[in-house]
Amino acid sequence: MKMKGAQMVCEALIAEGVKTVFGYPGGAIMNVYDEIYKQDGFEHILNRHEQASVHAADGYARASGEVGVAMVTSGPGFTNAVTGLATAYMDSIPMVVISGQVPLSLIGTDGFQEIDAIGISRPCTKHNFLVRELSDLPRILKEAFHIARSGRPGPVLVDIPKDITAEIGEFVYPDRINIPSYNPTVKGNKRQIEKAINAIVKAKKPLLYIGGGAVLSNASDLIREFAQTTQIPAVETLMARGVMGAKNPLLLGMLGMHGNYASNMAMSETDLIISLGARFDDRVTGKLSEFAKYAKIIHIDIDPANIGKLVNVDYPIVGDVSNVLTKLINGINGKVNPEAYSDWREVLERYDALHPQSYEDSNKVLKPQWIIERLGELLGEEAIITSDVGQHQMWTAQHYPFDRPRQWINSGGLGTMGFGFPASLGVKKAKPEKTVVNITGDGSILMNIQELVTAAEYKIPVINIILNNHFLGMVRQWQTFFYEERYSETDLSFQPNFKALTEACGGVGYDVSTKKEFDEALKDAIEKDKVAFINVQVARFENVLPMVPANGALYNMMLPTKNIEAKETK
Amino acid sequence: MNEVRRVISVLVENESSVLSRISGLFAGRAYNIETLTVAPIPNSNHSHITIATKGDEKTLEQITKQLHKLIPVYKVIEHNQMVEKEMVLIKFPIEQNLADIQVLCSAYNGGIVNVGEEMIIGMVADEPFRVKHFIEASKRYNPIEVVRGGVVAIER
Repeated sequence: MKMKGAQMVCEALIAEGVKTVFGYPGGAIMNVYDEIYKQDGFEHILNRHEQASVHAADGYARASGEVGVAMVTSGPGFTNAVTGLATAYMDSIPMVVISGQVPLSLIGTDGFQEIDAIGISRPCTKHNFLVRELSDLPRILKEAFHIARSGRPGPVLVDIPKDITAEIGEFVYPDRINIPSYNPTVKGNKRQIEKAINAIVKAKKPLLYIGGGAVLSNASDLIREFAQTTQIPAVETLMARGVMGAKNPLLLGMLGMHGNYASNMAMSETDLIISLGARFDDRVTGKLSEFAKYAKIIHIDIDPANIGKLVNVDYPIVGDVSNVLTKLINGINGKVNPEAYSDWREVLERYDALHPQSYEDSNKVLKPQWIIERLGELLGEEAIITSDVGQHQMWTAQHYPFDRPRQWINSGGLGTMGFGFPASLGVKKAKPEKTVVNITGDGSILMNIQELVTAAEYKIPVINIILNNHFLGMVRQWQTFFYEERYSETDLSFQPNFKALTEACGGVGYDVSTKKEFDEALKDAIEKDKVAFINVQVARFENVLPMVPANGALYNMMLPTKNIEAKETK
Repeated sequence: MNEVRRVISVLVENESSVLSRISGLFAGRAYNIETLTVAPIPNSNHSHITIATKGDEKTLEQITKQLHKLIPVYKVIEHNQMVEKEMVLIKFPIEQNLADIQVLCSAYNGGIVNVGEEMIIGMVADEPFRVKHFIEASKRYNPIEVVRGGVVAIER
């Protein structure tokens, strides 16, 4: 069939099963928008900033497991999208972003709204394409989706010059992929898996270390089964919250900089780490030379470059977590006595009893941790929670009872403030039947506040809870601990009237400063079924604890019960 | 950790942005490039890139793995048993002794490739350490300009 390049883009998206595209039009992408106007195969959501479009597509992908799609114009449209690409890249989120480019003849001339999108996005995409011939366009789109979702997933950029979208050509969407140089290893090596099984059988203090790759690989059920069969305790990274389920007695909690005592001690004392889609990030390991000193390591990861990057690995297994775990479960059947680790589990239970994840509640002022716990009591498994970046993010990860994967959506790797609200819009589009709550702070929320308009226009009823401490809280916390309380540029006392702002944009706003008010506001917001902002005044100087100072040893935690006077470890 | 030198061959799809993907990877992850050469492989749509780099074992392992991750990369060869050659062109003033320079170049498997009104150009293609020695030895003839190529290598 003959058609314009622009129509090919729409046809390809429809062929890929895309239901929702987030984007913003502009000169170089107008041909495609003209075709979007004519089609009804997918819905287009007009965000009010390209960064928000990409985060929304990202949220859509994280909630659904499908490839998220965003569309932007050239130049500033593209550069605004870069933070979104980098966010998705760091968390391995499958996404295709289509950007307009100036016509081929103008490339390299510093044309109006021209920027080298391929050059800029190279380090923050899994791959990118500049389309130079119309005849390549269908193949490139097919490959973009394939690359985005296969292997270690990631964002792919397709940059399309304006004359290509205007040109007419024959459209045949390929049904086969042929990229001879790209062939990710999915199946784990049998020999390596056997060695790993032997190591598990021999171990006395094994520990499951679960990362975001477990979510991406949809391995939650298998991991729960493996843990149940072997009775090996587990810790989750920030990105893996929900994989084991909050009620699972084998789950110790989250580890790392703001991990709980038992998790970090388990990691410090284990003799065998079974790493499932985790990558030994510096926020998890703390000081490397002190990290898991007594442990052998089984590292299961689909990306060979993750293996041996930071820690030396004894049993490397390249492959998809689900694939490898299926073989691991079959192989270990009957070989492990679940009683074998009972002493180890007891030690860890004692650690947890010694320093449980806790905070001191107050009658005078709302504690942010109470808000999260209360939210968990009221919504629990039903809701999907997104967050921005900062203290509120850590409190949510620590205190919300996540029961299933893809219930917790946040920017872990890049730590992008302003991610949560636009991402929540994508989440709600992907899972309209769920209550979607974005936990945010008074710093982060202003970084994509314009999405109030998008949410109101498209009637996307996400509930934002601002844990408002009138501070750029996490930076303030570091200033308290490590910079002798010099609060350089972190006091956010001057701020908008969030309730009025929300209402001015067509949402509902609430000001909350008591527990009762919070319950009422949340109930009302759910009933109103509109985009809502619940502005909660919380304790100003509350800190996220436990805390392992940057590059400190994981077992050296600042704990809530102790006097907090630490110096940053060099 | 101990830094070692390594020569890596990368076989890639011959497309416009592939060199920037590789050089950008090295720059972005703070890997060293000593030399880098690239040329298309005859009768194919592939190119052969040869990179001489330095780093500790961990870094070298990462370099190989990160190169593998790039979509247009077919093959990464860490050379072990290899024949390695590098080329150099040196321009001398015409006043220098032509015969001396001829003999010097010959000693390093090269020769004089051009003599003009104002200058003599010598060329040598040899192993990198020999090229280095040649450049040292040529200094007494007051070279005006020295242009070194990157290394190319082939596994034995």
